[in-house]
Amino acid sequence: MKPFDYQRATDTDTAVATVSRNPNARYLGGGTNLVDHMKLGVSSPELLVDVSRLSSDTVETLPDGGVRVGAAVRNSDLAAEPIIRQRYPVLAHALLAGASGQLRNLATTGGNLLQRTRCVYFQDVTTPCNKREPGTGCSALDGYTRYHAVLGSSEHCVATHPSDMAVALTALDAVVHTQGPSGPRSIPVADLHRLPGDEPDRDTVLEHGELITAVDLPALPMAARSNYRKVRDRASYAFALVSVAAAVDIAGDTIRDVRIAFGGLAHKPWRATLAENALRGAPATEATFRTAADAELAEARPLSDNEFKIPMARNTLTSVLRDLTQQEGS
Amino acid sequence: MTSQVTPYAIGTALQRLDGRSKVTGTAPYAFERVVDNATYLHPVQATIALGQITAIDTAEAEALDGVITILTHVNAPRLASTEDRELAVLQTDRVSFRGQLIGAVIADTPETARQAAGLVRISYAQWPHEAELSSERSDLYTPEAVNPSFPADTDEGDVDTAMSAAPVTLDTTYTTPLEYNNPMEPHTTVALWNDHELTLYDSTQGAHTVRTTVAPVIGLDPERIHVSAPHVGGGFGSKGIPHAHIVLAALAARTVEGRPVKFALTRQQMFSLAGHRTPTIQRVRLAADTDGRLSALAHDVVEWTSKVKEFAEQTAVPSRNVYAAPNRRTSHRLAALDVPVPSWMRAPGECPGMFGPEVAVDEMALKCGIDPVEFRARNEPDVDPETGKPFSSRHLVECLREGADRFGWHHRDPTPASRTERGWLVGTGVASSIYPTLRAVSTATIRVEAADHYRVDIGATDIGTGTWTALTQIAADALEVPVGHVDLRIGETAQPEASVAGGSTGNATWGTAIVEAARALQDTHGRPPEIGAEASGTTPNNPETERFAMFAHGAQFAEVRVHADTGEIRVPRMLGVFAAGRIINPRTAHSQFIGGMTMGLSMALHEVGVLDTRFGHVVNHDFAEYHIPTNADVGDIDATWIDEDDPYVNPMGAKGIGEIGIVGAAAAIANAAHHATGIRLRELPITPDALLR
Ligand SMILES: Cc1cc2nc3c(=O)[nH]c(=O)nc-3n(C[C@H](O)[C@H](O)[C@H](O)COP(=O)(O)OP(=O)(O)OC[C@H]3O[C@@H](n4cnc5c(N)ncnc54)[C@H](O)[C@@H]3O)c2cc1C
Ligand code: SF4
Repeated sequence: MKPFDYQRATDTDTAVATVSRNPNARYLGGGTNLVDHMKLGVSSPELLVDVSRLSSDTVETLPDGGVRVGAAVRNSDLAAEPIIRQRYPVLAHALLAGASGQLRNLATTGGNLLQRTRCVYFQDVTTPCNKREPGTGCSALDGYTRYHAVLGSSEHCVATHPSDMAVALTALDAVVHTQGPSGPRSIPVADLHRLPGDEPDRDTVLEHGELITAVDLPALPMAARSNYRKVRDRASYAFALVSVAAAVDIAGDTIRDVRIAFGGLAHKPWRATLAENALRGAPATEATFRTAADAELAEARPLSDNEFKIPMARNTLTSVLRDLTQQEGS
Repeated sequence: MTSQVTPYAIGTALQRLDGRSKVTGTAPYAFERVVDNATYLHPVQATIALGQITAIDTAEAEALDGVITILTHVNAPRLASTEDRELAVLQTDRVSFRGQLIGAVIADTPETARQAAGLVRISYAQWPHEAELSSERSDLYTPEAVNPSFPADTDEGDVDTAMSAAPVTLDTTYTTPLEYNNPMEPHTTVALWNDHELTLYDSTQGAHTVRTTVAPVIGLDPERIHVSAPHVGGGFGSKGIPHAHIVLAALAARTVEGRPVKFALTRQQMFSLAGHRTPTIQRVRLAADTDGRLSALAHDVVEWTSKVKEFAEQTAVPSRNVYAAPNRRTSHRLAALDVPVPSWMRAPGECPGMFGPEVAVDEMALKCGIDPVEFRARNEPDVDPETGKPFSSRHLVECLREGADRFGWHHRDPTPASRTERGWLVGTGVASSIYPTLRAVSTATIRVEAADHYRVDIGATDIGTGTWTALTQIAADALEVPVGHVDLRIGETAQPEASVAGGSTGNATWGTAIVEAARALQDTHGRPPEIGAEASGTTPNNPETERFAMFAHGAQFAEVRVHADTGEIRVPRMLGVFAAGRIINPRTAHSQFIGGMTMGLSMALHEVGVLDTRFGHVVNHDFAEYHIPTNADVGDIDATWIDEDDPYVNPMGAKGIGEIGIVGAAAAIANAAHHATGIRLRELPITPDALLR
């Protein structure tokens, strides 16, 4: 670990200006990912600008019925927020399925979105990794890939994005607000993270110095009937092998509308539009669920250790949809 | 018969005497020892698995403010002996495994030491290495003996003929993975070298073992090495013998003579420097008649060792003593690879070695259509199958039957995959446990300080097991005084020499020494002995081992739930019933048993070191990726025991219990998973993908 400077940001403009002009400066949220990387030598910033007390740490209702979550809201607080638990249960469940109580108490909304892959080679500076050091090669391709991608990967990187929260936000059509060197902008969460392509070092579309200030959840009445299921190697405190975030709007036995995103399958939270299209207007039956899952997973390409992810994703989606469509009031 | 101590304090659930100091944070662990003018060591580790160091550039590291010195093979003091190649640190340019210690930065702060270690540039000539275990390897060899000194192979009767003659046979292969001890407290050492005296505050399972092992390596008279380890945060075998980091700390201390060197391994470093359990490949063959009586049992094991130093896990050894099969064969074959040095891990031999056979027995019981509890009872031997000696005591069948009653086994429908509750397939399973009752040699001294103050000194260790408490109880009864009159001192080489806390021998060995000392005190100084009287006692050989085979036994029961859609597996309930002689302290014993069973659950569902054979190191080397159970994984785990009177083992009538709790637990879970799903799992750990349908 290299010695570094630390500043606590007092206002957004100064924070953005400070980080933007120094390529070796980073924002610090809860530090639960970045500080680990500094210890491991994965990241060696010169300057940390602490934004955990800068941006809003409140959850507010917007005039259009949506909800705005400040970037500094801690994962534990967001999961406990009554509005989230009632109107967006998928998000509360996803948050609580992540990390541990202690980590969630520190982790921020902004930091959670920008946490980096848990690929073991990325985290070990003694092994080649295109994401950490572009051009050195991808150690995972012929290595340990139990937690790696089956969708949307490239020959340069097969890592997965580890966030649970981001999977729920993707299903909910949430939008990220940022403040960057070239001003503010809004980006749908579904477009925030990139597929690796030939630039696996770039996790997201954000520029250096672009600060996440808030995340908006649209008013989405169907989200009240939503859930998050995470299948993992132990009951708690493990990253997803496969996860599913889903919300359904059901009329009689027919699926009127649906939102689905997968975690653990790709370099980004995977919005399952093919499955959604197959489900919209279809009867809520086991067969439909499976057909929809198969439609989404048709393009999946497993690696040596993760072939199981395809049937696991299919079964988990089926299981979640079955539970959601059989809920009381359907 | 060994003359028995009359139990008074023994058998009571005395609270841990060291409990208060531990929960209030005042019990001193090695790294926390307050020393003046400390320096900090951070190691440099090899990033190749095999080869030679061709150049070392320390310039940038040395230029850092606060760096005192950097040791490498070029400038490190020479060791007096390099015979133990694991301990021969910084003596040559050879790299024999990835992660090997090849340098050390000593600095004023741990941060500086760590930063500087990252700035040391090493160039290598890399040679092709071998890190892949397979039963197909052509270079497998038979070790001279397996740990500690059992014959590698045994052959009794004629297994092949019995296999071809039997109506029911089984020939299957089981595997257990590379596993790590991972005690909560990492391996830590504080070393101070002063005028030809070396003081080590060390996290070890045996202060005297450190002294006697390190002395010839660094060339100091053992009397000049002082080791202190009053509190140790777990070891599970990984702190049983000193590893290379202790020698590195000693070399560093010699280099900065007069200033203490503090060295704590990181969790990642522990994956290459603190031992591990070899992966095992176990072929098991069983032959039985239609009544389920075994006529043959063969257990052939392939496992690894490191080229640096041989450690041959005695995986097939328990198969020599568990069941009465007239034709028996066991064998061990090793592959010597370019991997870190394997070592003891809780119940070496028995733990992996009771996985394959105990799943095989379940498979066989099913083939014969016999309940697995009954099947085991039918194969209960009258005498130890290996030696022909009677058992000093053996209550395996009683444990199985008692466990079956308490667990509700009798309501079980034996048909696999026959029970589903709210989307979860439910099943139950059973397995046997066995662990040898051994003892080593130690010496204790007792001195009467006052009429109500007996000072008992013995260099024993408490690695979280309850030694402080249990030995106090034994001493009280041996002296026939209340526990409050006993002032026990352990954990230091300043005390009489004691054996390592390992092999479940602690209480038996140290307790016997204390009883001998108490008897010597009473014999020479009367009852009560006068103030100032002092006597010593040493654990004698136990002549009863000539006549009897001595083991502790147990039965493990588990309930498993498997999610019908996702394959997720949970263990809501485990029960262990043990027969381990007299239980010295039911409170600490219960913790030992359920701790062992929890570690067995961990082995069953979670633990696997993923060795990337291209690089030669374990890539999931931290607690986010190398899984052990969380609270949410641990359901209702309970342990109980049956009263077992064994006057032959030692004066307390107690058998060791530190290891038996892990033995058989993984097999019980695998058997329950089969009962739940109909899927037979012969490979550990059992993860959701294996149970997906
Ligand atoms: C052992 C362990 C297990 C875990 N398990 C899970 C799990 O199961 N599921 C899961 O989802 N997560 C898991 N996590 C990850 C955890 O959720 C993240 O570490 C956490 O959410 C990161 O938030 P933070 O505020 O601490 O981010 P930090 O570590 O502070 O920052 C992360 C990154 O975001 C940047 N950043 C922070 N805030 C902003 C901002 N406002 N604008 C722009 N950039 C910003 C930082 O510069 C840094 O690059 C686990 C972590 C650990 C250590
Ligand atoms: S998968 Fe991506 S993160 Fe992992 S080693 Fe390859 S390039 Fe690096």
